Amino acid sequence: MAKSHKPIIWGLFAGGGMVSAFVTPVMILITGLAVPFHLISREAMSYDRVHAFASNPIGKLLLFVVIFLPAWHAAHRLRITAHDFGLRQDIPIAVVLYVTAAVGTIMTISALLKM
Amino acid sequence: MMGRKPYIREVSKTTWWLKHPRYMNYMLREVTSLFIGLYTAVAIDGVWRLQQGREAWEHFIAWTFSTEAVFMHIVFLVFAVIHTTTWFNVTPKAMPMHVGDEPLPDAAIIGAHYAGWVVVSVLALLIAGK
Amino acid sequence: MSNDRTITLEVMRYRPETDAAPSFQSYVVPYVEEWVVLDALNYVKDNLDTTVSYRWSCHMAVCGSCGMMIDGEPKLSCKAFLRDYGSKIRVEPLSHFPIERDLVVVIDDFIEKFTRIRPYIIAQSEKPVSEGEYLQTPAQLHKYKQFTLCINCLLCYAACPQYAHNPEFVGPAALSMAHRYNLDSRDSGRDLRQEVSASHEGVWECSFVGACSDVCPKHVDPAAAIQQTKIASTMDYYKALLPGGK
Repeated sequence: MAKSHKPIIWGLFAGGGMVSAFVTPVMILITGLAVPFHLISREAMSYDRVHAFASNPIGKLLLFVVIFLPAWHAAHRLRITAHDFGLRQDIPIAVVLYVTAAVGTIMTISALLKM
Repeated sequence: MMGRKPYIREVSKTTWWLKHPRYMNYMLREVTSLFIGLYTAVAIDGVWRLQQGREAWEHFIAWTFSTEAVFMHIVFLVFAVIHTTTWFNVTPKAMPMHVGDEPLPDAAIIGAHYAGWVVVSVLALLIAGK
Repeated sequence: MSNDRTITLEVMRYRPETDAAPSFQSYVVPYVEEWVVLDALNYVKDNLDTTVSYRWSCHMAVCGSCGMMIDGEPKLSCKAFLRDYGSKIRVEPLSHFPIERDLVVVIDDFIEKFTRIRPYIIAQSEKPVSEGEYLQTPAQLHKYKQFTLCINCLLCYAACPQYAHNPEFVGPAALSMAHRYNLDSRDSGRDLRQEVSASHEGVWECSFVGACSDVCPKHVDPAAAIQQTKIASTMDYYKALLPGGK
């Protein structure tokens, strides 16, 4: 029986699942709900402040980790979910999902490096 | 010797998960990935606009005030919380821990994750809101 | 105890020499407070219909042979009390296995997989009896003890949707038994077992539904064994990529 290469993607899935469990809910709050619901001021999410955060090396690294890992987590789990719903075109589905996650990862890296 | 003729029962590829609440809960957990993925796409869009400049970023923040955006984020949040709870609740299975020779009770492992979650969330909100 | 109360057992029947497909046959049996479903089946066999086929032996959740679907849930029929069910109980052979006859399923697939994971201690080197026992501390025993409790009843396979959709999947009981020997301090056969456990058909077919652990009558928790194997296999994989890795 051939040794599987699943660990490459599974490592990202599991790491992403853990990171996502800890931070995705609060990220959704901060970037999507806290400002409209006046939990934090609009000033707190101003261009200057967020840009300064993303320009800081630690801020960059944090943003990278909380974006790229959940992206791979979601891509891999969606592949399994598609199979569970009876879609048997596993390889094309996997390619589309992983390419999407890879494009997202590259966009994130290039955006962060420009700031 | 009698002839054998084993009978194979077919299992539906598309509706198997409707047969038992246990499977439905599993599918609910799995579909959280769709919403984690969609939110992550929004986050990538946000970082992209931030890099584009002031105007693009202000546009992004203004969009979060729209009814659709608020509705979307509430849905994202609900599924993200389902992801968090379903993920933390199985941590003792994936990562059993020992203190010395004694196994740590499941509740302690799960509880530590929830406590960490609260700390991370409160800290992040405090830092974001300064 | 009232002897007038009865329940109806709806038993799935399949007689390969005459039936094209299984069908249900109902039997009215006395309701006895202390009876389990297996007692009700034995009543049918002894008093109503001698042709009903099913496996059983110990009647005390040790032999693992009386597993069947009871109202759609994989159960040991010797542990399923009539008092926990309604007036009609549906009994079917274990899901996801071919039916040999009535409630008897074909388990050859499991036996082959179970053999493949080498469910025995593989010592680095046999030491002569004169050197004494292979000693083990209570803590070393504790690490794997839970996974020794498996009785191969196959309820976990009947609960596992991934096994249902891919019969190549090595499955819960075999993979957790591999984990049991890998965790044993006297064993050094992990590399051999990993050829099966870390293959595509091994732990990677599992999506952690967790149904196996829910239905396990001995609380073995195969889902835990499989997740731990996934993590360990992932570590192996990444370590092998490092310089000096094998």
